[in-house]
Amino acid sequence: MSLAELVGALLVLGLTAYAVLGGADFGTGVWDLTAGRGPRADRIRAQAESSMGPVWEANHVWLIFVLVVFWTGFPVAFGSVMSTLSVPLFLAAVGIIFRGSAFAFRGVAASGRARRPLDALFALSSILTPFFMGAAIGGIASGRVPVGNAAGDPVASWLNPTSAIVGAIAVATGAYLAAVYLAADAARAGRADLVEAFRRRGLLSGAVAGALALGGLAVLRADARPLYDGLVGAPGLALVALSAAAGVATLALVWRRAFGPARVGAAAAVAAVLWGWVVAQRPDLLPGEITIEQAAASRPTLVAVLVAFLAGALVLVPSLAYLFRLVLRDRLQKELPPLGEPGRGGPLP
Amino acid sequence: MTDLSAPLSALALQAAGALGGPVDQDYLFQARQMQALSLGWHIIIVCFGVAFPAIVLFAEGMWLRTGDPLYRALARRWSKAMLVLFAVGVVSGTILSFELGLLWPEFMATFGDVFGVAFALEGFSFFTEAIFIAIYVYGWDRLPRVVHFLTGIPIVIAGVAGSLFVISVNGWMNNPTGFDLVDGRVTDVRPLEALFNGNLWYQFTHMWLAAFMVAGFSVAGVYAWAWLRGRRDRYHRAGFLIAFTVAALVSPVQILVGDWAARQVAENQPVKLAAFEGLGETTSGAPLTVLGWYRDGEVVAGIPIPRLLSLLTERDPDAVVQGLDVVPPEDRPPVNVVRLSFQTMVGIGTLLALLSAVYLATWWRRRRPPRSRWFYRSAVAAGPLAAVALLSGWITTEVGRQPWIVYEVMRVEEAVTGAGGIPVGYGMLVAVYAALTVGAAWILRRLARSPLRDEVEGAESLARQEPAR
Repeated sequence: MSLAELVGALLVLGLTAYAVLGGADFGTGVWDLTAGRGPRADRIRAQAESSMGPVWEANHVWLIFVLVVFWTGFPVAFGSVMSTLSVPLFLAAVGIIFRGSAFAFRGVAASGRARRPLDALFALSSILTPFFMGAAIGGIASGRVPVGNAAGDPVASWLNPTSAIVGAIAVATGAYLAAVYLAADAARAGRADLVEAFRRRGLLSGAVAGALALGGLAVLRADARPLYDGLVGAPGLALVALSAAAGVATLALVWRRAFGPARVGAAAAVAAVLWGWVVAQRPDLLPGEITIEQAAASRPTLVAVLVAFLAGALVLVPSLAYLFRLVLRDRLQKELPPLGEPGRGGPLP
Repeated sequence: MTDLSAPLSALALQAAGALGGPVDQDYLFQARQMQALSLGWHIIIVCFGVAFPAIVLFAEGMWLRTGDPLYRALARRWSKAMLVLFAVGVVSGTILSFELGLLWPEFMATFGDVFGVAFALEGFSFFTEAIFIAIYVYGWDRLPRVVHFLTGIPIVIAGVAGSLFVISVNGWMNNPTGFDLVDGRVTDVRPLEALFNGNLWYQFTHMWLAAFMVAGFSVAGVYAWAWLRGRRDRYHRAGFLIAFTVAALVSPVQILVGDWAARQVAENQPVKLAAFEGLGETTSGAPLTVLGWYRDGEVVAGIPIPRLLSLLTERDPDAVVQGLDVVPPEDRPPVNVVRLSFQTMVGIGTLLALLSAVYLATWWRRRRPPRSRWFYRSAVAAGPLAAVALLSGWITTEVGRQPWIVYEVMRVEEAVTGAGGIPVGYGMLVAVYAALTVGAAWILRRLARSPLRDEVEGAESLARQEPAR
């Protein structure tokens, strides 16, 4: 593996972590939006909120990690992507503002009527943001981003069949991950009604995500032939098969209420799709335009990025492990104490 | 540093963008305004990310030492505000990362690999801060006391480290090093040299102290307001004293650091310093002019103090100070914007240092804070004023850098995106930030008004009136 590919691997690592961790946080928006009203809906929202609360900011930082490695390691490709795909990426950025602030505000100080608009804002922005990010990835993967300052089509680069299907897959996989993770959290907390609610949602969204991924292959065959050929070629096909196998296995695990292993299986299914895309377009960074090697920054910078990563990992890995250990062992608060209404019981026991 | 900037400026007009050179962009001004809006919003929030954790941790440390539930109540209340401010800082910081690429792709494509390592390190600081702020805020009552206190320390360190790395990039834009230009192409990149550029330490120190001033005065202002409204119990008194003392200790030091910063600017960016002062022509024994307006190469209606500028910059009243005339007009920043911002920053900074001196002197002589209503009224104003000074300082350094995005190497118009729709994006962003401001203000107000029993069992006893004197 060359230096450029090592830094590229960091990029893929960051994207994977963002997809399986941050993606699930976005996915809760689907369940928030469809929860409806009433005490049952409040419990669904509260479970999502208490699961996300301590981890969403850390999960979100993976996106920053991806951006930073992208522009430092592959500056020309970064400038090309950001300028051509400025519309979906700007909309995703606006969605990130609304999602994060709506979540933080309602978590700290919103109860009663003040919650409703924040719930709606949180849910809508949680659905639109991954869609636009997926659409941007679809634009890259289908070779619609040329090298240059806003050199590609500002509209067709992200309003096209591949972008649409990748955006839909991004939303669906997030919802699926969220349902599986939330079912596991509810099971750990012994909330039987929520376990069943998220189990049903997990089975449904898993089936939808799988169908979209398979249907997506047909779309790619028509719209992005080189990518399709890469996916059904040797290494790509293995990952597609791995994703399908992990997806089916996860559905079986969810069916049997083995949520712990299902968590891992669901994440593996999503990660394998992502890696399939990476392998399919290798060695290109922007398909048909520029390879990873051509796009890479100068050698001292690549070395510096790798050294910074190793040094950072020394801090990051134990810190993340500590956070997730505390969360999974229920050593942190379920939710912040509600404000202003003493004695008010939260929707969770 | 100085010997390096000369050859760079000679090559300046040859710096070619890695994406194929400048594009026609009708909306350069809006693009700059968009970036300025996002940065200006973020920089105020960042002050709380950098300085607030230390203040919260101090209160918790007092609780551990004294066992007084008062300090625990303060620390818990503050930690919630800290979490909200961190969350909006996370999203506004993310917008900035996007905007660097969305608005300035040529800048990122050409120089991303030179300064990028600083951002990579900043990313890890951000990670650490996000992880431990969650553990800290959600860990109240769940983690052992000392462990909980210790989980706050990485937040403090990461907040400071993160700002150091971001300032490193800004320092680099003002004082670019760590690469060579050959035929307009960036070669021989030396990332460490870029990371530790000549502007890093003074800009960082100046910003770091400013963060403590903004956070300290703002938090203290909440309690000063309560004091004026008659709530003078131990809880409000302690909240005021902790936050105001921090800011009061920092403010006088900031004047010294400001002097250091100005002399560094005189050395590294003489044109910027000339814009600070409205010095049209290179002058020996240059005066320092207070107030007034820059027009046609000189300041009109100002109050000149003879030779002071030479004395301040070179420690010699007869020294030569370079004027704006050392570069052609198209290479000069908009003087009045820079000068007005600079004077605002210096003026407010001086007032805040005076207010701090009054407080510290009263404390020194009487062992108690001042009791004058005017003091508390000033303390209420100090928070917003510190934020205005912060923004003014930031406008001073960033507008003073114009027309360059990379000082004397790449102009902003060479860096801007070719994408359309910038006014639409700008309009959207204005609406979004307005909503975010209203939302954040609403939530913090709600937090401030919630009863203390949310934080502490039996907290009502804290709201005991201070014994009358």
